Amino acid sequence: MASLDRTARAFLLTELVTGFALTLKYMFKPKVTVNYPHEKGPLSPRFRGEHALRRYPNGEERCIACKLCEAICPAQAITIEAEPRDDGSRRTTRYDIDMTKCIYCGFCQEACPVDAIVEGPNFEFSTETREELMYNKDKLLANGDRWESLIAANLHADAAYR
Amino acid sequence: MSADLIQFFTTNWLGQAIVILAQCLAVTVPLLVAVAYMTYVDRKVWASIQLRRGPNVVGPFGLLQPFADGLKLVLKETIVPSSANAILFIIAPMITFMTALVAWAVVPFDDGWVIANINVGILYLFAISSLGVYGIIIAGWASNSKYAFLGALRSAAQMVSYEVSIGFVLITVLLCVGSLNLSDVVLAQSGGFWHWFFLPLLPMFVIFFVSALAETNRTPFDLPMSEAELVAGFHTEYSAMTFGLFFLGEYANMILLSALGAILFLGGWMSPIPYAPFTYVPGVVWFALKIAFLLFVFSWTKGTLPRYRYDQLMRLGWKVFLPVSLGWVVLTAAVLQFGGWVPKS
Repeated sequence: MASLDRTARAFLLTELVTGFALTLKYMFKPKVTVNYPHEKGPLSPRFRGEHALRRYPNGEERCIACKLCEAICPAQAITIEAEPRDDGSRRTTRYDIDMTKCIYCGFCQEACPVDAIVEGPNFEFSTETREELMYNKDKLLANGDRWESLIAANLHADAAYR
Repeated sequence: MSADLIQFFTTNWLGQAIVILAQCLAVTVPLLVAVAYMTYVDRKVWASIQLRRGPNVVGPFGLLQPFADGLKLVLKETIVPSSANAILFIIAPMITFMTALVAWAVVPFDDGWVIANINVGILYLFAISSLGVYGIIIAGWASNSKYAFLGALRSAAQMVSYEVSIGFVLITVLLCVGSLNLSDVVLAQSGGFWHWFFLPLLPMFVIFFVSALAETNRTPFDLPMSEAELVAGFHTEYSAMTFGLFFLGEYANMILLSALGAILFLGGWMSPIPYAPFTYVPGVVWFALKIAFLLFVFSWTKGTLPRYRYDQLMRLGWKVFLPVSLGWVVLTAAVLQFGGWVPKS
């Protein structure tokens, strides 16, 4: 009897019909896709995107060339050269990040004692040539100026958990 | 003047050649546009079943996507592997594509709208669709690659197996019509959808549809190109337009089998309700709508079912479909004979 039942079900295609009904029902459900360039998903304050070098509110750059970020970088993407400035303070003369090497681990911003190097909320920095991804100090400072308000807000939001 | 023109197009060899060329273009161009948009509809249907949006960037609602894809295939470089047999490698996609197009010669789009109204239309279609296997076998062999070769063997075995049950389905319909002419098949179903063959022959319609899926290597029978085992089956080594021809041929074949299904079981160009507002719609539109419906079911199937294992596929073809369709042929013949419904021809 059980085998008759099974054979009847097989020939009447009951399981197939159930499956087809289900997929037809799903066809008319609302889409879950985020329509990316026009809509964007939420980002955490901890999001580790494109790097930036920050400045103090008076315009002085924060980085003191301690080279902790260079030392901790597991991909060895950071290159720093430094010498004393005319006023005697220690500053970088060269601060390069090879974005093609970077693995976006965020160790550099954790190592930084003055919150100078940070990974900002920007993730849309694709380029058409490889060379454009070799960031120098000017580019990083420009990023810092461009994203400062968002970066500061994110650091503030995440400060309690650090 | 006009009499001269009529004489030119009906008797002069050049005039006749022009007429035939125009007829071929009138079928081929809409067919290729239909193929292009079939790929678009396919992707949209799968996307909505999976709660995605599908192509929506190129042109309004992504409507230009098929042309972008086609242009890409045309512009890319055709790579012939160094170990391949170059001549056969190039010829194989042409065979597949040509057989898919040539079959359309006998398809009636409306009453009298058919390029070649031959009285063995079904036999011709059946023969041409069998020839399509050669393109695949030659492609697999000429590629000189193990994946392509295994894919081609599978594909050929699968198409041959399911052609048997399609043959029995055709015979059943022929028994009910009493003619091999496709226009006669449609005319035998005139007078509303309750006269169409899909009602009395419903099991055969299902068998026909499933076999059509297997013939065109579509899910759940797309294992000639099961990615995990065979990369891309018989067209692993193909690129650019040679791949494009296989792709076009495959979709043209799908549309062809949908058209055949519409003619055999859904009353071809007939309107479903043979009364006033419905009969004003031209037959071509009804025919196109029926084909579109069957093609939608093709995509719907792809969005629903997983892939068969190879032994399951062979079991279904030889141990289920063959006896069932053979039994149904005998049953139909018996009912026609003893019910006194044998068609007079």
